[in-house]
Amino acid sequence: MKKTGYVYDLRYLLHDTGPYHPETSDRLVAIHDGIRQADLLDRLTIIPASRADLKQILAVHDHAYVRRFEEVCLSGNRFFDDPDNQICVESYETAFLAAGGVLDAVRMMMEKKIDNAFCAVRPPGHHAERDKAMGFCYFNNIAIAARYLQAEWEIKRVGIIDFDVHHGNGTEHIFDKDPDVFYYSIHQHPSFAYPGTGRAFDEGVYEGKGFTKNSPVLPGRGDDNYKSLINKEMLPAFEQFRPEVILVSTGFDAHFDDEMSDIILTTEGFSWIMETIMALANDHAQGRIVSILEGGYSLKRLPELAANHVSILLKG
Amino acid sequence: MFVSSSMVKKVVTIDKDRSVFEAQETMAAHNIRHLPVIDPENRVQGIITDRDIRSAMPYRLLKEPDRQEEREKLQTLTVGEIMSKNPKTISPMDTIQDALLLIQRAKVGAFPVVDDQGILKGILSVRDLLRAFINVMGIGEPGTLIGIIVEEKVGQLKRIVDVITQENISFGSVLVARYWDEGKRAVFVYLLTNNVVRVKAKLRDMGFTLLDPMEWYLDQLPEGPGSTDPA
Repeated sequence: MKKTGYVYDLRYLLHDTGPYHPETSDRLVAIHDGIRQADLLDRLTIIPASRADLKQILAVHDHAYVRRFEEVCLSGNRFFDDPDNQICVESYETAFLAAGGVLDAVRMMMEKKIDNAFCAVRPPGHHAERDKAMGFCYFNNIAIAARYLQAEWEIKRVGIIDFDVHHGNGTEHIFDKDPDVFYYSIHQHPSFAYPGTGRAFDEGVYEGKGFTKNSPVLPGRGDDNYKSLINKEMLPAFEQFRPEVILVSTGFDAHFDDEMSDIILTTEGFSWIMETIMALANDHAQGRIVSILEGGYSLKRLPELAANHVSILLKG
Repeated sequence: MFVSSSMVKKVVTIDKDRSVFEAQETMAAHNIRHLPVIDPENRVQGIITDRDIRSAMPYRLLKEPDRQEEREKLQTLTVGEIMSKNPKTISPMDTIQDALLLIQRAKVGAFPVVDDQGILKGILSVRDLLRAFINVMGIGEPGTLIGIIVEEKVGQLKRIVDVITQENISFGSVLVARYWDEGKRAVFVYLLTNNVVRVKAKLRDMGFTLLDPMEWYLDQLPEGPGSTDPA
């Protein structure tokens, strides 16, 4: 059995998105309940979050953007940059804790205190651009983690896999010129779903050309399509790239019970994806995976999905 | 939605007394395929396309562009001799919809845009129309597409717009399309948000049917091994 870290912190519940928003603190409660009820808590290394250093955030985001975010939060405004992004006074600090929790998990894994980790953080991050909040995201947690691996641990090749049902526009843009970070995303086709990016022909630019890969999936499709695309497009790309560490943008919103998308993955389909990613990490990255929560809004399904996800990490 | 806002205003033009080779070089230098031919008053006399030039070239010269004797024969050939005279033009005040229909009907790649006096104001190519259309459809703007089936009667769109407005969601675009059930239409709203759960529920509560995406494209996909299905 592997030693799996679980970033869990009650302060993540403080980011209040108001009464009618899907990205609520109940999501983390449901995830935690699922893990607890599956009797997995005792087997996990619980990691309380520390606050990320501003310097680590600035490896990805503009300073002016970070300041703007702080000001808007403290001013008592209800949203930042777009009505999608509902905030409260605590949101700014919570965003630092989300990035910080992910960095803690990465650090512990690199220090070999744990083998892999699941970071149940919020707010999520993969839509956040260098200078713009989008799609419930403020700081791009996974991008911050990748930059940290490059800068502090001299990791030459970071692999990012994003199976949230929405394309991670922020992550793609941040690394689209960087041949040292391979970004793969499988998501609902951008003509139907937010954020309208992530087309099959977007493959990175300049030196980064060939180090981004997108697999758009048409609405109404599920397990079979995902399996086929992951086998034919994701695996060969990563076998060639040979990532030293794999970071995963984990979104549970492609589930058929999740109203946020028209993709109909089953619970077993999600397990297959994660097992496949685990096997890839074992082959190329010494099993080093840090999974970072993005979306997933079905409070009914999150418990089982999270429990299965963590079980796969524990099995290794 | 007028031609004037989508046309290219800095037009590369040519004089009718110039040689065909010069026209060819000008096109290559600017990566374009159409040159309006104008007089000193900027009045359009014709248009020359890369295709006109290719048709004028003897086959042998196409194969061996440096063949001297053939080049010399052609050296004297002028733009005025091979251009299309009196080309179809459009006005800056024509709409983009006019231009789309005209370009489809006329089977040309570009229109010189001229004012009432025949003075060249710009050029509008298929490329420019595509850009305008991408803009109109809101492609690339972050949003979510919802398909709604409505009864074909007055006032349905208003109900949809009202409920979306109540949710404080902005529109990227709205498209009303034919639907195969008689008496029904499909309304596609592109909403500039990631947060559609509540508005979807509200639309259902109001009695609208949300289009199951499976239904509306599967019928249109080619079947069998030639399928575009990535699986």
